[in-house]
Amino acid sequence: MSDKPEKTERSGRLSVFKTYKLYVGGKFPRSESGRVYEVTDSQGNWLANAPLASRKDARDAVVAARKAFGPWSGATAYNRGQILYRVAEMLEGRREQFVREVAEAEGLSRAQAEAQVDAAIDRWVWYAGWTDKIAQVVGGGNPVAGPFFNLSSPEPTGVVAVLAPQESSFLGLVSVIAPVIATGNTAVVIASERFPLPALSLGEVLATSDLPGGVVNVLSGRTAEIAAPLAAHQDVNAIDLAGADEALAKELEIAAADNLKRVLRPQPVDDAGWSATPGIDRMTAFLETKTVWHPTGSLGASGSSY
Amino acid sequence: MPTSASPAARALADVTASDSALRRFLHGLPGVDAVGLEARAASLGTRSIKTTAKAYAIDLAISMVDLTTLEGADTPGKVRALGAKAVHPDPTDRATPATAAVCVYPDMVAVAKEAVAGSKVKVASVATAFPAGRAPLSVKLADVREAMAAGADEIDMVIDRGAFLAGRYLKVYDEITAVKEACGASARLKVIFETGELSTYDNIRRASWLGMLAGADFIKTSTGKVAVNATPANTLLMLEAVRDFRAQTGVQVGVKPAGGIRTSKDAVKFLVLVNETAGPDWLDNRWFRFGASSLLNDLLMQRQKLATGRYSGPDYVTVD
Repeated sequence: MSDKPEKTERSGRLSVFKTYKLYVGGKFPRSESGRVYEVTDSQGNWLANAPLASRKDARDAVVAARKAFGPWSGATAYNRGQILYRVAEMLEGRREQFVREVAEAEGLSRAQAEAQVDAAIDRWVWYAGWTDKIAQVVGGGNPVAGPFFNLSSPEPTGVVAVLAPQESSFLGLVSVIAPVIATGNTAVVIASERFPLPALSLGEVLATSDLPGGVVNVLSGRTAEIAAPLAAHQDVNAIDLAGADEALAKELEIAAADNLKRVLRPQPVDDAGWSATPGIDRMTAFLETKTVWHPTGSLGASGSSY
Repeated sequence: MPTSASPAARALADVTASDSALRRFLHGLPGVDAVGLEARAASLGTRSIKTTAKAYAIDLAISMVDLTTLEGADTPGKVRALGAKAVHPDPTDRATPATAAVCVYPDMVAVAKEAVAGSKVKVASVATAFPAGRAPLSVKLADVREAMAAGADEIDMVIDRGAFLAGRYLKVYDEITAVKEACGASARLKVIFETGELSTYDNIRRASWLGMLAGADFIKTSTGKVAVNATPANTLLMLEAVRDFRAQTGVQVGVKPAGGIRTSKDAVKFLVLVNETAGPDWLDNRWFRFGASSLLNDLLMQRQKLATGRYSGPDYVTVD
């Protein structure tokens, strides 16, 4: 499709360019600042203008994510799994578009881009399966010396700011968003600075996947500019620094310490670039364990009920 | 500045002499250009208020809040908590100004009074069969006297919208003057028009003049109990009315938009309206108030943001 302009010349039809927009609170706003920046392919050819989000867009995204947190974390794990699977279904239908966007952005061959997109779709399915199983793996009943049930259950942390990986514009992106929302957190995602288009298109897919508005919010722009206010934001509970370089990661970690945010430092990426099976670490990074003591029942005057 | 009705009444004595004279006067007021009014309110809402001006506006807005709880489920505990919050809105920063008043139902006045004792925070009480106002005058006056006896500093009355819409302006006028008399010299009277039920801007202008002629110390948009509450347009209209009334009679009357103002941004827009319409004389909590409850939390979060440079969150302000 990169030869679109020529085609249109031949058919005499005007090109219809897409206006890429942010995805915040289930809506598609332009940046509050009105700014955009040019996105180019690997050869430096212009692809589209992407919104250059400001700190106010980040603030609005946090408000949307906070509003969505109650219902999303309260939804049953089974229901969340269904919705994540639905995302995979919707992506499958728009596979061609994502293959093109990934190939153009990262300069991959068609086959390589297809492999990336397929892996990303499979990753949604993988995390969809985990939603109602993670509690059994990291929670459970604890043996205690008394007439109590003692139950530990993992709970979502809250609003998570996610700096998407800079190099892997789609598979990397999905690999950091899906584990955050699978467990009931809501996310404010900063797309890859150079390759934001697949992330902004993913917003359109999420909007049509039964995912409630505000659960995932996608911002594009200068990572450092948007991440700074998010790291310092008192109403953000955790931050994933996957897309930050060393200097930025350090700076953000210091800012995040102020309200004791959970911080996931940039993790080493496998040689194949996010394609290995992820494991559960990215989910447990944004879970907190709640432990409840509960009386076992009628341990009455008789001494024991057993 | 005299606040009693007498000079105004003298200046416009013949106007309130009879029902027909009052109707002639109110219907003789110039009609409202609805499109122009809304455009003016919208254009004033686009002013950019930043940095030090914003800090000033936020502190001013906090000092103008009538912190309100008007629920059937109000408990003494909730009113006490509200009183404590009115006195020290942000306990982590004692430089935060106190709010203007707490606004409660008459039976909670005594509790509220105790909660704000020793501070400058006033206790306002809604009365006269709030919010519908559908009760005999004797009941309404008893309501006011009870609130006064419990120590209310301000009374928020509702007008009889049924009588107003039926064109019985003198009945409305007489009710307001009777309530004003029951308030005596010690309490300031706010008159609620419930602009959302008055149908037209012309009616809001008439109601404003009617209220001011009858001796209102404040004219107030709404109860907060109907679908349409304070809007920039109807507040602008009322600000024009108090400005014109002072020009004509020398009596200054306050304005209180209530209901539906939830964000600092909205509040600052209203302050711009006040400054540009009525003038800086009204930029004081004696002459302008916000009837609100959730607005205060947003103002405090914005204040914290300005002080620290970090966006704050609802975890750092009280729930109510």
